[in-house]
Amino acid sequence: MFDKYMIVEEGFRNVSENGRIVGFQVNTRLPYYRGLGVSMVEDLSLSVDGEKFPSELVTIVLRGRPMSLNEMETDYNERWEFGEIGTVIIRKNGGLTPESHKIDLTDRLRISYLPFPLIGHDTKELVLE
Amino acid sequence: MPQETDIHGSAAAAYFRGNDMAKQHKIKQGISLYSLQEEYFLRKLDLEGCIATSAKLGAFGIESIGEQMMPGFPHLSESFYAKWHEWMLQYGTVPTCHDMFLDTKRYKGRLLTDDEMVQSIKTDLQHAAKLGCTVMRVLVSVKPEIVERCIPYAEECNVKMGLEIHSPFHFDHPWIMRYTEMIERTGTTHVGYIPDMGIYVKHFPRVMRDHALRHGGSEKIIDFACAAYEERVLPEYIIFDVGLMGGNEVDRRFAESLRHIIWSNPRRMLEFMPRIYHIHAKFYEMVDDNHEFSIPYDEIIPVLIEGGYEGYLSSEYEGNRWIQDSYPVDSVEQVRRQHVMFKGLLEQH
Repeated sequence: MFDKYMIVEEGFRNVSENGRIVGFQVNTRLPYYRGLGVSMVEDLSLSVDGEKFPSELVTIVLRGRPMSLNEMETDYNERWEFGEIGTVIIRKNGGLTPESHKIDLTDRLRISYLPFPLIGHDTKELVLE
Repeated sequence: MPQETDIHGSAAAAYFRGNDMAKQHKIKQGISLYSLQEEYFLRKLDLEGCIATSAKLGAFGIESIGEQMMPGFPHLSESFYAKWHEWMLQYGTVPTCHDMFLDTKRYKGRLLTDDEMVQSIKTDLQHAAKLGCTVMRVLVSVKPEIVERCIPYAEECNVKMGLEIHSPFHFDHPWIMRYTEMIERTGTTHVGYIPDMGIYVKHFPRVMRDHALRHGGSEKIIDFACAAYEERVLPEYIIFDVGLMGGNEVDRRFAESLRHIIWSNPRRMLEFMPRIYHIHAKFYEMVDDNHEFSIPYDEIIPVLIEGGYEGYLSSEYEGNRWIQDSYPVDSVEQVRRQHVMFKGLLEQH
């Protein structure tokens, strides 16, 4: 559910640090009907034009607070609210080329009342802003 | 007895009984804000907007999900609760029910302990009381012994805990029977039921069928499974047959989903009516102002009236997830139609 809204169309751009492009970012929402404690976001895997990025290159920013997937796993206070837009930053030297890219996103959420993980998936073709 | 004096059971008797009911029933119209999740998710409506919209549609009883539309839950400020009560006055609405969740899998690799579960539910009860709700929805997966331990807190908060009887469970399911046994053994006045009308899916929802077809289901197989549902064939048999027919992955998953959809007899609610605190008026598709495609409210509402139900019919629109991939979702219009239907049925009986 809400899969088609996972990748937000606005905000796909390169990220700089000290004047150097060190990666890129995509805005995303969770594919679920309520907010969730971040410890229950088991995985968020993103690929661009078929290139996969390992989880250690992923940072999630919620309300200005950056977290790695590992940090999220043991954070029992922070929540990713329902419909809230979080920014996914991927470390990649030089970032992406300023053209259209195919983004593929899969989230795996640990939902307490389901025996299996909830998987959400979205693919969008976006032009780097 | 001369025939003309024996009106018992006749159409005339039903007519007069019907008239009595029209004067007597106290069923009220409400909404679970769950119904407006699409609009909230996309920030077309905020919490206040959802409440205002509900009032406009005649759904004055407001059921809410803290984790859905109250960011920061369960750590909400006093000013939030003050605002909530202001909205209730401003829009003429009434808080009805808070829907709790229990994140038993909050920690990777271990489940919450029983004490942690009780603590979590206690927090929910306190929140429900602060909202002014008289009822709290208990998720069907919560163990009855945990709910039993929460009874003193429910009494303290003056909030009744209603177990959601959600498909594929039903009143006679062994898991629900464990609850009924606990309720009877303890004699508690604070645990009862919230049946979700999704246990009365008489006809397979068209929106689910069409969703499967859009996602690669084979028309012949999907329609075979739907027809088998209409005949009340055991899901296990339908799944097996779909396998024999060479169904693809989508067909197989569709057949498996039939395990979660049930039709049962609405009249079973009568025995439990004194402990039915609230009703989740689930629906998937209002095809016009008068009927829902799969759930027969014209059979359900007379049962509620007959049983003397005095609570809310709380709209729970769940069609959005079946159409949002391809169609714009208009939950507000769907809820509007359901309430036109409710009004008609409530006046008629």
